[in-house]
Amino acid sequence: MERILEEIPSFFTYWNIIFLLKAMGVTLLLTLLGCIFGFTFGILLAITRKTENLYLLPLRILVIFFTEIFRRIPFLVTLLLIFYIFQIFQITDSVFLIALYSVCLIATAYIGEIIRSGIESVNQEQWDAAKAMNFSYIQTLKEVIFPQAWKVILPPAFGFFILFIKDTALASQIGVMELTFAGKILNNKGFSPVLVFGSILILYFILSFPLDRFGKYMEKRIATDRN
Amino acid sequence: MIGLENIWRKELPQIEIKSVSASYEKLKVLDNLSIELNKGEIVSLIGPSGSGKSRLLKLLVGLLKPTSGEVIIEDKKINFGSKEDLIFARSKVAIVFQQYNLFQNMDVLKNVCIAPTKIQKRDKDEVESQAIALLEKVGLKDKLKAYPGELSGGQQQRVALARALNLNPQILLLDEVTSALDPELVNEVLNSIKLLADEGMTMFIVSHEMGFVKEISNRVAFLDKGSVVEINKPDQLFNNPQNSRTKDFMSKIIKE
Repeated sequence: MERILEEIPSFFTYWNIIFLLKAMGVTLLLTLLGCIFGFTFGILLAITRKTENLYLLPLRILVIFFTEIFRRIPFLVTLLLIFYIFQIFQITDSVFLIALYSVCLIATAYIGEIIRSGIESVNQEQWDAAKAMNFSYIQTLKEVIFPQAWKVILPPAFGFFILFIKDTALASQIGVMELTFAGKILNNKGFSPVLVFGSILILYFILSFPLDRFGKYMEKRIATDRN
Repeated sequence: MIGLENIWRKELPQIEIKSVSASYEKLKVLDNLSIELNKGEIVSLIGPSGSGKSRLLKLLVGLLKPTSGEVIIEDKKINFGSKEDLIFARSKVAIVFQQYNLFQNMDVLKNVCIAPTKIQKRDKDEVESQAIALLEKVGLKDKLKAYPGELSGGQQQRVALARALNLNPQILLLDEVTSALDPELVNEVLNSIKLLADEGMTMFIVSHEMGFVKEISNRVAFLDKGSVVEINKPDQLFNNPQNSRTKDFMSKIIKE
């Protein structure tokens, strides 16, 4: 304990703090971009999967295939797979970009599934009523289905986002300088692991807590139950 | 010649269904069914459950597709594979569902106004004032801002009626609109429908309220196993049914 207290002044130097904040920024960026891409493409995936249009059948099958694959393999496997595929084709994207692609793939598959089940939670009769009044598929989704589905979609989606912040730690495996990796480096430099990873823990909390609050806020705002 | 043609056209029924068959989940729900509905006429469809009454109404708004036969709405043969034709059919025909199917995420006024403004692209003020007038007519002017979940079944069904009417349909389809309601709420909905009948609205009505059917209909069709068994004026059909299946059905409902 004394050792930790002694180390504090030398640990929280300007350079170490900048180093940690940068790593935190990487974690934040991976999470945020992953969530934003995941949410956008997840919506597209879910509405493609629900369409009845026959011409889109091949696309639907592709979407189902994609979702079922990427929901089932561990994030680390996706990450390594993409990392090595990029090596084979000699694509020289940075490890950060490779991690970002993987994060987007996984997030899209997961969130797509969350959104699909949200859409399906809305009664078929709501679709019928909209159809009978000449609503198009997209109009029905926008005006009728999504406003009712948010309350089913948002809680698990934000739960996933929070999990996701933690999952990005795996990106350290391919050398992305995110929070966990930064912790390892500081630890290797000789700082007490308790001090280092204690700080990392607090930084993860600082990242995830506002996201959680934001989720609760959104739930209240757009997913109020009218029944 | 043109003048003559116009006269001839007026005589045409508003909806003509010719030998239509349809299946739902591999089950034949309509079987070579033919019926027509003339302008300003009220035709009620009665029959045991599963006889195809509701399916017939769903067919007319394109929620069910025929496997054979013809549906002609206002002189236009509807091709159920064509989006334009379905849009045409739905612009002429409005349906009120058994379970009201109000949009749960919208208040009463928005439920009644959304399709006319967003889909039919009509003027917002005109649509809203018409909506308020309709809601007043069904006795719900004080509920404009209420959500469906806050209303009783009878109130919801009257909102659904106003919503259908605000589309300015030529033909109104009522699908067992009172059967999900508590008995004391039935009359408030039936009274609203009677008002419409007085105004000459063309309607297909599926109902189990035999007293109401007898009173309001110009003709009543008895359906069984997906086709029209017998169609006649209400007192003829109720008091003097010709077909044995109709007789059987009538004797059962009288016993009840």
